[in-house]
Amino acid sequence: MTQITINTLSNEIESMDAAYSAAGGDAAVLHQHELASLVISGNKVLNANGTEGIVLETQETKHGVDVKMTIKKGYKIPLPVHLCFGLIPEDGLQEINMNFVAEEDSAVELIAHCTFPNAVKIIHRMDAQMHIGKNASLKYIETHFHGPHGGIQVVPRAHIKIEEGGSYCTNFSLVSGRVGYLEFDYSVDAEKDSVCEMVTKVYGKKDDKIKVIEKVSLNGENARSVIKSRLAITDNAESEFRGITEGHAPRARGHVDCMEVIQGNAKAEAIPIVRVDNPLAKVTHEAAIGCVDKKEVETLMARGLEEDDAIDTIVKGMLA
Amino acid sequence: MLSRDGKKILRGVNLEVGDQEIHSIIGANGAGKSTLAYTLMGLQGYEHEEGSLIFDGEDITKLSITERARKGITLAWQEPARFEGLKVRDYLAIGAKNKGGITEEELKDALRKVDLKPEKYLDREVGEALSGGERKRIELASIITMKPKLAILDEPDSGIDVVSLKEIVNLIQTFKENGSSVLVITHRKEIAAASDKASLMCEGVILRSGDPLEISEFFKNRCIPCDSRVSPPKAA
Repeated sequence: MTQITINTLSNEIESMDAAYSAAGGDAAVLHQHELASLVISGNKVLNANGTEGIVLETQETKHGVDVKMTIKKGYKIPLPVHLCFGLIPEDGLQEINMNFVAEEDSAVELIAHCTFPNAVKIIHRMDAQMHIGKNASLKYIETHFHGPHGGIQVVPRAHIKIEEGGSYCTNFSLVSGRVGYLEFDYSVDAEKDSVCEMVTKVYGKKDDKIKVIEKVSLNGENARSVIKSRLAITDNAESEFRGITEGHAPRARGHVDCMEVIQGNAKAEAIPIVRVDNPLAKVTHEAAIGCVDKKEVETLMARGLEEDDAIDTIVKGMLA
Repeated sequence: MLSRDGKKILRGVNLEVGDQEIHSIIGANGAGKSTLAYTLMGLQGYEHEEGSLIFDGEDITKLSITERARKGITLAWQEPARFEGLKVRDYLAIGAKNKGGITEEELKDALRKVDLKPEKYLDREVGEALSGGERKRIELASIITMKPKLAILDEPDSGIDVVSLKEIVNLIQTFKENGSSVLVITHRKEIAAASDKASLMCEGVILRSGDPLEISEFFKNRCIPCDSRVSPPKAA
């Protein structure tokens, strides 16, 4: 019985390794003991490896896992922490509840791959709370891979609190394979002298639907933020972007920058919203939706690329 | 001939560029020089209505931009495209794709030829992080890696400081030495002087072709004072 369990687990680890690689990750990092890592398949924790300065707690639930990760005060984690969440079957539900705490003066980089390579009817929900302590730094790089079928709903929600002098930098990328349905909703409260940078890159195809809401409240003096989204949609895909920045404190500075490229019958909507209630705060925005720049296409054609390859190169560059 | 909204933009253009020849096109702003360059490259909206374009003995009038590029024609724009996110190394490699690819050393060498340090620029983005002058140099480097038979350079000196003008002249000479013909659109006497031949354009017409210094002098003495350009100077 024990042997069967181990074999089953072993097969699942192999499948997740393959799925991790399909999402663009290097599966070897998940098995290196000197690197902190967490691998969750469905509601099973396949691997949870903390290193010095990191406290990692997990609790399996009916449809997912509750995760609490704490970076202890003053620890600068030298190597990235690797996270892998996913589902191998064609259908299923995964709910991840995450609680990240980066204590005062700590620093960490999280590299997450969320992978659903065979998704036909999958729902993946993530609810995250992130607390970045005074002068702490959290970098969160999240890459998704949803396979070729588009049969997936992905709903990541996060609330991030950055304390004085803290820094939060996130980069969400979903550019390979299909999107399916994505409803991305992150909000940030930024206190005095904190820095927030949020970058989102998504490539929608066929009948994919993309909804991105990013909100930063600059509550503290001299808090700074950039929201940058790059969306490309083609065929009959639809996208909706809301980038909201609120300046509530003196010398708070924020910028919202959205660029969407559309092709075929795709439909895009981009709404940057800026709200300022402190006369010493300043928030700016820019948004552009359109086809691929003609001069860029013609330049690459003048170097010998076919028109479709030129457009593909430009879109991939924008989403890189 | 090329017209737009009923107005003839190019007319009476009769131009021959020889093998490994540097040929300057000189003329005032609005003379049709860039339009000529775009027409030769076959850009959308610049398809000419009458006449023919013969390249290497073959009529390429009906060919697309890509087809012309694969025959060996390319164009460097006066104001290069931005290409957000595209790495310099990937951009430079594109022109060499149809010739079996490019080595790391060839990439570096192309940047050195436009006076850019490979270690500083190869892995940067072509777009926003670079100045206009740097993007211009990278545009020229992308022509080097393509090794074209005909390089059309639309004001290669614009956005580049005067000190670098000599380097641009040397670069144009290098294109020639590497087997390319060069059609260069310029206002600069220094570039014209380095040419084998020059043509003067006005109001969409090639007025005269010949010795570059003579054409430059003609431009300086006859065209610059002519501010109306209603009646272009008659060809000698």
